[in-house]
Amino acid sequence: MKYFFLISSLVFLFTACSVDPEINPIISNDDVKEIIPEGWPTPSYNFSNNPLTPDGFTLGRALFYEPMLSSDNSISCGSCHQQFAAFANGGHDFSHGVGGLLGNRNGPAIQNLNWNTSFMHDGGVNHIEVQPAGPITNPVEMNETLSNVVAKLSSSGKYKQLFSKAFGDETVTTQRMFKAMAQFMGTMYSYNSKYDKVKKGTETFSVSEQNGYNLFVQKCATCHKEPLFSDYELRNNGLSVNVNLKDSGRAHITHNLSDLYKFKTPSLRNIEKTGPYMHDGRFYTLEQCLDHYVSGIVISSTLAPELQSGSISLTVQEKTDIIAFLKTLTDTKFLTDSRFSETN
Amino acid sequence: MRIIFILSLCIPILFSCKKSDITKPEPLPELIIPADTNGFFEIHINNVVNNNPLALGTNTYTNLNTDTFSVDILQYYFTNVELHTLSGDTFKEVESYYLVDQANPNSLHLMVKGVPRADYSSISFMIGVDSKRNISGAQTGALDPMLGMFWTWSTGYIMAKMEGYSPQSGAANKKLAFHIGGFSGVNSAIKKVNLTFPNSANVTPSHTPILTLKADLASWFASPNLVSFNTMFSISSVSSSSKAIADNYANMFSVISVTN
Repeated sequence: MKYFFLISSLVFLFTACSVDPEINPIISNDDVKEIIPEGWPTPSYNFSNNPLTPDGFTLGRALFYEPMLSSDNSISCGSCHQQFAAFANGGHDFSHGVGGLLGNRNGPAIQNLNWNTSFMHDGGVNHIEVQPAGPITNPVEMNETLSNVVAKLSSSGKYKQLFSKAFGDETVTTQRMFKAMAQFMGTMYSYNSKYDKVKKGTETFSVSEQNGYNLFVQKCATCHKEPLFSDYELRNNGLSVNVNLKDSGRAHITHNLSDLYKFKTPSLRNIEKTGPYMHDGRFYTLEQCLDHYVSGIVISSTLAPELQSGSISLTVQEKTDIIAFLKTLTDTKFLTDSRFSETN
Repeated sequence: MRIIFILSLCIPILFSCKKSDITKPEPLPELIIPADTNGFFEIHINNVVNNNPLALGTNTYTNLNTDTFSVDILQYYFTNVELHTLSGDTFKEVESYYLVDQANPNSLHLMVKGVPRADYSSISFMIGVDSKRNISGAQTGALDPMLGMFWTWSTGYIMAKMEGYSPQSGAANKKLAFHIGGFSGVNSAIKKVNLTFPNSANVTPSHTPILTLKADLASWFASPNLVSFNTMFSISSVSSSSKAIADNYANMFSVISVTN
C-alpha cells in the first residue's frame, strides 16, 4: 500500500512535468539567455524590465507565427520574416499584406535587435517592445487593431494557457504581448558566422575573403561598423529617387528637409540570404549593390558625408573579393536554429 | 531501503519542476505606512466649449475665429498629478496616468490615491504623457497603445485628440481632426498646468475633497494662436502646427470649486 502511494505520487509528478505537445521544441533556461558576444558593445535594450523566461520566449514565438495578429487571420509576422532569409522576406522587394496589398518598403532582417537604436527603415519606432504595433496596424500589412488582437487572443484556449504560463494568469494585454515578443525577437542573436570564427581564431579566411575583408574595412566599415556591421545611423546612400514610390525616408517622420531620403544603415550580417537589398528592394544581387557605390550614387544635398566623393572605386576583382568576404557573414546556425522556427 | 531509493528519485524530479529563479523578481519589502496616513483626492472634469457643457455629436459651437463646429471625439491625457501645501510640501502620485475621454463619463472622475493627510492649496499636472513613458517600450493601463492614443509608425503618444466637423473646414469632407503629440524638441506638446485652489482641500484618510475643474475646448483654437478651420483642420504628426494647438490648450483648465 505504501509503495502504491509512492508510485502514484510519482505518476502525478511526472504528469505535472509533462509539456504541452503544441510547444515544441522544449525551451529551457539555457535557450533564453541574454548574450553579449565578446567584443560587442553594450546593447541598447536589455531584459532588466522584461525578465527572460522560457515561457515568455515560447509565448513570443507563438505570437510571432500567429496569423490572428492580422485582420483576416491570414498573415503572421513570420509570413514576411522568414528564418532562411535571416527573417527578411526572401526574394520579395515588397511584402504582401492582407488581401494581397503591397507595402512600399522591403522587409528587413531580424537579428541582433537589441543593438538597434531605432526600428523601421525610417527609424520611426524608438523601442523594440512597441515595434510590432507598426506592422500589426499598418493597413497594407496586417491591418488589424490592437484591441481586436487582444480580443482574439483572449478567447483562444491556446493563448489563455500560454499567457498563464508566461505571466501567471491568462489576462491578455498589449504590454504582455509586446514584452513576450521582445523576448523572442530580442534573443535572435546571430554571432556564429565564419567571420566570427575567424575573429576568435578558430577558422581562417581564404585569400579572396581576406582581401575582401581588408577592402571592406577600408571602404565600407565606417557605416557598416563591425562587429554588428552597422552603426544604425540614418543616411542617404545616394540611391536615385523612385518617382513612383516618392518615399521621403526619415523626413516622413521628422518633416525636416535635411532628412530627405535618409534610411537606416542595415547590418550586413547574413546579407547573402537577405536579398533583395535596399529599403525598396531594388537590387537583387550583391554585385548590383556594389555597382551602386561604384557608379550609381546620385549627388544631393542630403547625401551621406561618407559618400561625398560620389564613388567608391572598386575593380572587378575587388568586388569579387568583397562579396566573398560578405558571404562569411552567413550564420548557418542562426538560419536553422529550431528555437526560432515555426512549430505548428 | 527501496523506499529511500524511490524517495531519492523524487527529489530530482521535484527540482526539475522548479520554476526558473529569474521568472519572478524578488518581492519588494513591504512599505510600512501607518494605516491612518493616506487618503484620496477626487477630481471632476467638466469639458465645456465657451462655458457651455460639451455634448458630442450634433451640438454646434463657435470658435474665436467665428467658425462653427461640432465635436465627435475629445480625449486627452491628464498625468503626473502633484498636490502642494501652503507650507511647500509636495505629494506626487505614483503611476499617475489618466485618459480623459468625453465619451466615457467614468473617465471624467479621477481618483488620486495614496494622498497624505494635509491641507492642499494647489495642484499641478501634465496635459500629455511625460517623455520617459514615450521612450520606455510597452506600457499598460491608461497608456495601453490599444486605446488609440499612440502613434505606431512614429513612436509617441497622442497627448490630446479632438475630432469633429465644421462647415468652414478646409477639408473636402469638412472634417476636423486634431491629433496633438510630440514629447521632445522644440515642438513638444507636453504642457504642465498649475492651478491654485480658492480654498484649501483637506485630505484625511476618512475625508476625500473634490476638485472640480473646467476644461474649455474653445481654448484650443483661441490664444495665443488664433485658429481658422479653413487653414488648419487636420494635424496628425509633430510640427509647429501641433505645437501651436498645444500652446493654446495649455490654457484650457480653470478651477470651478474645491469642496470639502
